[in-house]
Amino acid sequence: MYEFAYHKPASVADAVKLLAADGEAKAVAGGQTLIPTLKQRLARPTALVDLSAVRDLVGITVGGGKVTIGAMTKHVDVASSADVKKALPALAALADGIGDPQVRNRGTIGGSIANNDPAADYPSACLALGATIKTNTREIAADEFFKGMFETALKPGELIVSVSFPVAEKAAYMKFAQPASRYALVGVFVAKGPAGARVAVTGAGPSVFRWKEAEAALGKSWGVAAVENLKASASGLNSDIHAGADYRAHLIGVMTKRAVAAAG
Amino acid sequence: MPKVSMTVNGKNVSAEVEGRTLLVQLLREKLGMTGTHVGCDTSQCGACVVHVDGKSVKSCTMLAVQADGAKITTIEGLATGNDLHPMQAAFKEHHGLQCGFCTPGMVMSAVELAKHNSNPSEHEVREWLEGNICRCTGYHNIVKAVQAGAKAMAAAK
Amino acid sequence: MAVDGIGAAVKRKEDFRFLTGRGNYTDDLARPGQAHAYVVRSQAAHATLGKIGTAKALKAPGVVAVFTGADLAADNIGGLPCGWGIKNKDGSAMHEPAHPVLAVGKVRHVGDPIAVVIAETLAQAKDAAELLDIDMKELPAVANMREALKPGAPVVHDGGSGNVCFDWHLGDADAVAAAFKKAHKVAKIDLVNNRLVANAMEPRAAVGEFDRATGEYTLYTTSQNPHVIRLLMGAFVLHIPESRLRVFAPDVGGGFGSKIYHYAEEAIVTWASAKVGRPVKWTAERSESFLSDAHGRDHVTHAELALDKDGKFLALKVDTLSNMGAYLSTFAPAIPTYLYATLLAGVYTTPAIYAEVKAIFTNTVPVDAYRGAGRPEAAFLLERLVDIAAAEMGMDRVEIRRRNFIPSNAFPYQTPVALQYDSGDYNATLEGALKLADYKGFEARRADAKKRGKLRGIGISTYVEACGIAPSNIAGALGARAGLYECANVRVHPTGSITLFTGCHSHGQGHETTYAQLIAERLGVGLDQIEVSHGDTNKIPFGMGTYGSRSLAVGGTAVVKALDKIVDKAKKIAAHLMEAAEADIEFKDGKFTVAGTDKAKTFGEIALTAYVPHNFPLDKLEPGLDETAFYDPKNFTFPGGAHICEVEIDPETGVTKVVNFTAVDDVGRVINPMIVEGQVHGGVAQGIGQALYENCVYDDNGQLRSGSYMDYQMPRADDLPSFKVATAITLCTHNPLGVKGVGEVGAIGSPPAVINAVVDALKDHGVRHIDMPASPQKIWGIINGNRRMAAE
Ligand SMILES: Cc1cc2nc3c(=O)[nH]c(=O)nc-3n(C[C@H](O)[C@H](O)[C@H](O)COP(=O)(O)OP(=O)(O)OC[C@H]3O[C@@H](n4cnc5c(N)ncnc54)[C@H](O)[C@@H]3O)c2cc1C
Ligand code: FES
Ligand code: FES
Repeated sequence: MYEFAYHKPASVADAVKLLAADGEAKAVAGGQTLIPTLKQRLARPTALVDLSAVRDLVGITVGGGKVTIGAMTKHVDVASSADVKKALPALAALADGIGDPQVRNRGTIGGSIANNDPAADYPSACLALGATIKTNTREIAADEFFKGMFETALKPGELIVSVSFPVAEKAAYMKFAQPASRYALVGVFVAKGPAGARVAVTGAGPSVFRWKEAEAALGKSWGVAAVENLKASASGLNSDIHAGADYRAHLIGVMTKRAVAAAG
Repeated sequence: MPKVSMTVNGKNVSAEVEGRTLLVQLLREKLGMTGTHVGCDTSQCGACVVHVDGKSVKSCTMLAVQADGAKITTIEGLATGNDLHPMQAAFKEHHGLQCGFCTPGMVMSAVELAKHNSNPSEHEVREWLEGNICRCTGYHNIVKAVQAGAKAMAAAK
Repeated sequence: MAVDGIGAAVKRKEDFRFLTGRGNYTDDLARPGQAHAYVVRSQAAHATLGKIGTAKALKAPGVVAVFTGADLAADNIGGLPCGWGIKNKDGSAMHEPAHPVLAVGKVRHVGDPIAVVIAETLAQAKDAAELLDIDMKELPAVANMREALKPGAPVVHDGGSGNVCFDWHLGDADAVAAAFKKAHKVAKIDLVNNRLVANAMEPRAAVGEFDRATGEYTLYTTSQNPHVIRLLMGAFVLHIPESRLRVFAPDVGGGFGSKIYHYAEEAIVTWASAKVGRPVKWTAERSESFLSDAHGRDHVTHAELALDKDGKFLALKVDTLSNMGAYLSTFAPAIPTYLYATLLAGVYTTPAIYAEVKAIFTNTVPVDAYRGAGRPEAAFLLERLVDIAAAEMGMDRVEIRRRNFIPSNAFPYQTPVALQYDSGDYNATLEGALKLADYKGFEARRADAKKRGKLRGIGISTYVEACGIAPSNIAGALGARAGLYECANVRVHPTGSITLFTGCHSHGQGHETTYAQLIAERLGVGLDQIEVSHGDTNKIPFGMGTYGSRSLAVGGTAVVKALDKIVDKAKKIAAHLMEAAEADIEFKDGKFTVAGTDKAKTFGEIALTAYVPHNFPLDKLEPGLDETAFYDPKNFTFPGGAHICEVEIDPETGVTKVVNFTAVDDVGRVINPMIVEGQVHGGVAQGIGQALYENCVYDDNGQLRSGSYMDYQMPRADDLPSFKVATAITLCTHNPLGVKGVGEVGAIGSPPAVINAVVDALKDHGVRHIDMPASPQKIWGIINGNRRMAAE
């Protein structure tokens, strides 16, 4: 790690100020992505702005047909929240499948979404459920938020405050874990909600994306039969030592089918 | 350099650290508490697991400054004198360790599981230990130890 | 039997310190004034190395020194030696290029050390490392052995014949050719034995310290064999006499072979500590371990088995390419030769065998022994080939094995590939495993799995291996440049407590308990009276360390021999004290008695007399009770057994789960069953890891693509089932304990059992063979008839 200055503001406003004052400063949430990155000297921020003392960023509220989760809410708290389990059990299950218990004890939803790792789990839930990402300045629809590999609509210094998920009638997430890292090799989140039938795929491409053919099929008639014989295209998908693009494409089909079955 | 204060195994400690000093470096290098180990540089092996405010975390993936004001428990803080903590005793009884390198993290992780679940199934133990890699034991005896340790912890309450 | 003696499942003495965080691993040391070393490594697989500008780095905050290969050369520092020379078919010596401690002129693999930066803190050393000006020009690289053999391929080392390190053979080519002519059927296989990384959880570390007053160097290191390191580093690299070099391997967090070898960093910190006048510490980061610890396996093999019409094996022909990596690691040449080809008879009576092995240099990390070392490669080859032969003959897989087993009354059995097995009963281990695995009930389980949409398969492997490599004179004739004996020093203290100093090293094996049990059994003293000391060359007379499952068969026998001497001398003292003839003295349960009388002396009384020799036969006997034995075995020992694996495959995703694993092994006499079972569990886990998960992958440019746990799949708790393990023993006939060894059996027997099960599960898909690891993608490829995928 390169050396950096460390700040621990107590409010969003102070955090934003610190980030605005130093273009090379970076927010740190749970640190479960950022610290490993710093250890490998892949990033060189001048300062870290630790969001852990900002109380406003933590918490889960359910109401008005929405589950709203503060950016600094940890994976473990989403996974074990009785409210989330009731309103959006698929989201609680997704959180419970991120990394291992120690990662879930520190990692946050805001950090995961801001980072937009192509193999992260949460972005698929955001996209499939049609979530809204609230920042210190604006609200961004999930469809507009995830721009590309490790790339989002966030401007420099802009902070995620919370994420709102519309409650869906049916939803489920199926993850095929990359066997070594346990991130998603292919993860598919399916939902039948206010925005219709949605299928979001993570792990397979450079960034999370919606599988439009499956959405159309499920939109017509929700059920395993609708997607049973659907084949995802391998074009543009990732290829690495664990899985070629065609295997990933195949897994998209399998995970979609299984997710629909699990969603009921 | 920032100064941090925290309690480690019930004792107040403070130290000057760099921003980039990891919690595990503070423990091992500044405080001389070498029971917590480092087995990887990608936050995956769990050799470094300690408890921060009662929850298991990877001390290689947390800055020392982030632990300012926290209550830390390490492997050195579990036993009372020569009396092993029930989880430690179960590891010994069931031969849940060989070289001992993964053991501190394994035990600390298991202690948190036992707090949530006093009677975990084999499947539950194996899933919980996803973030703790052991190269020696094949996990067979670790699983037995964790199950027995969880029961013993519940009985000791 | 003493309560805590041979055969008792004694809880381990070493556990208390490990469980309470009081273990003392190399990286735990903080020597006064120590500075930190960071090793700068090549990021190119192959490049010329010109000048290294150090001026800027030297000025960076906290920097103490920067050293390069030129500095070592100026001090006449030697290269890292290879401990085994192999002769080519034509009798000429193998190509043995220099292995500089820090690269000079050229780098040959990603991770090749180029320079070392020493600073007050590791972070400062790393900061400064970025300021080095390194003049490198990349060259074409070669990582794949077949490519390395092609004309025009990049040459890793000049001065040899291309990239061939040696071209060696064993066996009788003519007899094999004749047998193949008579064959009823020939079973063939082409296979890859995948490259692995040992990945002991403790990364390697080394601390060098120089005492200006005495001129003594100390190296603290993560080693399985500190005396070997002292010998190699002192004599060949740093030219320091043993009398001024202490090597201490304190608690070591697993080795699995990877901590046998003498590594560059050990020499660097030792040498540098004198240069900078301070202790110097280096600890590998895991990604550095992937680039600098010796790797394991990495064979490409073609083999053919000739059978008669009854399924009896007539002859075996094997042609193997073995990857050495970019340099010869300490014992690398011995692994694919004397620890591999000599095991190709396996548990079978195959009368004629011929093996050819070509060792190849590539631009990859050096390859050496990893748990099993050569024997897993032999067992995998044989057990796959036997299954293929059974399929081709239309024979049952159990029956073809039984029919070819070396019968239990045929021991000692001379194989056609040099070894003489002393004992074994392969039917007994197989029967035991079939029963424990409920082999008969398998088809019902398969049918049940089918209902659940899963493909279930069962696989068997029956294997033999060779442990405790010996004897020294024969190994020497075959190219070994070291002895293969072991040393034990039993020191009885005046009050009767005992310290054993052993030349073996414990890094998870539990020697502090097992050896203590041997002593408790023999001397009738409590375990709490016995301490076992290992790892420090200043305390232990000598030793070859722990590898090749030798610690009991060789090290334990040395303990027994030292105990013989202790008891002999103690009897003499007892005879004197009780005024009896030595021949009348009996020793049992810690008591010396005179036959036919009620006279008795305790072991403690004798010990005290030995050191307070007031009533002592000083004219005939020296005072003291402290004996050392060196033991050089007459032969290898030959553990064997049967492993049975059951898998279930999800045909949609290609994911394989091991659902049952049974191992029945013959490890010779069991001293501590708890520890024996633990060793088998760990070995089986590594074997399943090789078969299904682990793969060290290089791309065509020699870049390592599986260089961290993000991509190298370590078996985790939820990847594995609980195992069913048992023993069915025969005793080793040439050591007094009858022990054989258990450290590696798990890793040797299991990979073929797993792959045989996978192939069985996929039998309706026309699969003959699948290379390791049987990854989900490969299996999916097979199920979908995608051969290209399957081959990848
Ligand atoms: C061993 C391991 C396994 C893992 N497995 C998985 C897995 O299976 N699936 C998965 O999805 N993830 C996985 N992760 C990643 C984990 O979920 C991280 O917690 C998460 O990706 C980042 O969250 P964080 O709170 O740790 O963020 P940090 O690491 O603190 O920050 C990540 C990035 O987000 C920025 N950031 C953080 N908070 C905000 C905010 N509020 N507004 C704007 N920017 C912000 C930071 O500046 C930084 O660039 C794993 C991590 C580890 C170490
Ligand atoms: S050291 Fe490996 S997870 Fe912390
Ligand atoms: S006991 Fe050695 S790594 Fe677990």
